[in-house]
Amino acid sequence: MVEEQNYYKKKLQEVQKHTELKENAEEKRWRDTTLKKWNEKTDFNEKEYTNSSDIKIKDIYTSSDLPADQEPLLGISGEYPFTRGVYPNMYRGKYWTMRMFSGFGTPEDTNSRLKYLISHGETGLSIAFDMPTLYAIDCDSKRAEGEIGKCGVNVTSLKDMEVVFDGIDLSKVTTSMTINAPAAVLTAMYFAIAEKQGLDLNKIGGTVQADILKEYIAQKEWIYPPEAHLRIIRDMMVFCTKNAPKWNYISISGYHIREAGASAVQELAFTLADGFYYVDMGIKAGLDPNRFAPRLSFFFNSSINFFEEIAKMRAARRIWATVLKEKFGVTDPRAQMLRFHTQTSGYTLTWQQPLNNIIRTTVEAMAAVFGGTQSLHTNSYDEAMALPSEEAVKIALRTQQILAEETGIADTIDPLAGSYYLEALTNEIEKEAYRYFDKIESMGGILNAVKNGYIQREIAATSYRRQKRLESGEEIMVGVNRYVEKDEKPINILKISKEAEKIQLSRLKNTKETRNVEKVKKSLDALREAFRDEKKNVMPFLIDAAKSYATIEEISDVGREIYGGWKEPVIV
Amino acid sequence: MVDGKNQLLFKDKPIKILLAKPGIDGHDRGILVLAKAFRDAGMEVLYAGLLPTPEEVVDTAVNEDVDVIALSLLNGAHMTVFRKVAQIMESRNIDDISLVGGGTIPDEDKPELEKMKITGNYGPGTPLSVIIDHVTMRAIEARERKLR
Repeated sequence: MVEEQNYYKKKLQEVQKHTELKENAEEKRWRDTTLKKWNEKTDFNEKEYTNSSDIKIKDIYTSSDLPADQEPLLGISGEYPFTRGVYPNMYRGKYWTMRMFSGFGTPEDTNSRLKYLISHGETGLSIAFDMPTLYAIDCDSKRAEGEIGKCGVNVTSLKDMEVVFDGIDLSKVTTSMTINAPAAVLTAMYFAIAEKQGLDLNKIGGTVQADILKEYIAQKEWIYPPEAHLRIIRDMMVFCTKNAPKWNYISISGYHIREAGASAVQELAFTLADGFYYVDMGIKAGLDPNRFAPRLSFFFNSSINFFEEIAKMRAARRIWATVLKEKFGVTDPRAQMLRFHTQTSGYTLTWQQPLNNIIRTTVEAMAAVFGGTQSLHTNSYDEAMALPSEEAVKIALRTQQILAEETGIADTIDPLAGSYYLEALTNEIEKEAYRYFDKIESMGGILNAVKNGYIQREIAATSYRRQKRLESGEEIMVGVNRYVEKDEKPINILKISKEAEKIQLSRLKNTKETRNVEKVKKSLDALREAFRDEKKNVMPFLIDAAKSYATIEEISDVGREIYGGWKEPVIV
Repeated sequence: MVDGKNQLLFKDKPIKILLAKPGIDGHDRGILVLAKAFRDAGMEVLYAGLLPTPEEVVDTAVNEDVDVIALSLLNGAHMTVFRKVAQIMESRNIDDISLVGGGTIPDEDKPELEKMKITGNYGPGTPLSVIIDHVTMRAIEARERKLR
């Protein structure tokens, strides 16, 4: 293992060498003769080309843009450093999983949607929760008014989860739950249902997002200060490593960081820095990274600059494998692999001329496939306006099926490898990521950089710069600042019924009337003790509290009493 | 930014605006861009941060004597939450602070919001200059009522 403090600085110096340009006599000759003549003849004024990461793009790339030792930086698929893909046969073995994120309204609505998907052969479920659930606020709280079931399904107590999974055998499906601040509570509820179905936890597979660092960075859904959430996540890691080895307890997410305004390099650097933090946390909790790192997975954005996105994904795999091996001493290849889910970018969708969004999503989905993603969600064309309609979702899914089964882009592994441009860009993005790691390290690590608002300010600055480029017309969005149409016809969008709110309120009222109050109190008291004792693992206590039908807000309030809330640092 | 006779209105004190996301909603990309844009346009900008209650938003606006409250929500709850803010303002007879809105607001909701005197209601992709002009117009109305 390399001396920790200087690791990123050393790596930066090392990868910098991969981007140093060499003199290419042939390129120089071409520039001075053929190109120069052509430009003069056509009266061509050269402008500067950059991408989201402000990396300058050359007009042409040649072999001299790559280092002499480029080959070992790539390796071959399924082998270290996994630049070309994590599995030996990639999509020849199996296409990426087409995992469409869904969830809406009441647990009943969501249950029938899940059963519908299962009946059509789906084995991987993916659940979206509404805003009150994401912030651990009960549906009968004043704050939740008007928000029930709007952005996903509402879950206030185990009763709701029982309805969501009614008639679904948890040993036969895996479930991905996009939830962060109360991730441990939802995991506890899921485990409680498994227990009721008579299943051993070691048979239960699934994923919770639980990436709390990116919440403070981008998505902004938290309950407590960072340290409190991190302690709970640590307990979940330890508990699951022992008891639920197939449970993926963190999905380290760049998606939201990018949507919040970050560049591709920022998305990559901040996400991997979060990932390194979780690895370090697991090691400090006494776990073997060879054992727990395979349970960490990633979630990236695929935005509109095609080659930049592909380069980002390839660089991500190389950096992760390298740092885990060199810095954290991970030897098992399975623990060095960066596996990831991709979602196309919501930000690039426009409400103007919405059918254009199908094309944007297609290009972004292609980048994800060339980037070697393990699973993919394609956005629907109407999502700049609302949750997608059924028709729009179907086109989004069909887009993936056409890419997989008609176009041939998945016929061979990492088909763009060796492209001078793509490899040079991959090297460049890798270098810029290490520059951020070094800077973050000098600030005392990612947690400090988040708590003092540095990361958030970096993102806000990039986002504002981009907006100004759109305003000036330097950057183009078709239908927004070019080829604008007046009097556009509205399209049909999905409306969420107000019934969901009534149904949820009445179920909660009934739950509160019928549950054993003494049991609820006892379980919450025990949870409070566990929260107070750093050495205790809170997971078994969370499971007990969930089983007593304590609500998500009651359970989280125990932590709120002890840890308090969180006010974010000044960003603007 | 402000020309002609209106310049006098803002001579000693520039337009003061409070930005807030009063629902349960962390989508703050747009509001952070606007905070910078309003500041660059010479306004005094206050940001209420995430998750303030509608009551807190109105209290802050009154205590800080702002000209405009700009509300942003991208979680679909605008009809409930924006209405709460408007109702609190109405119940307290506050008429010298203008309300503007923005976010993912379907066209069909806009007339009802206008009835609550919540104007603008711009979506993603709206040029900053359009938003700044609108806020300025609403700030003039508010400032005139303050001086009345």
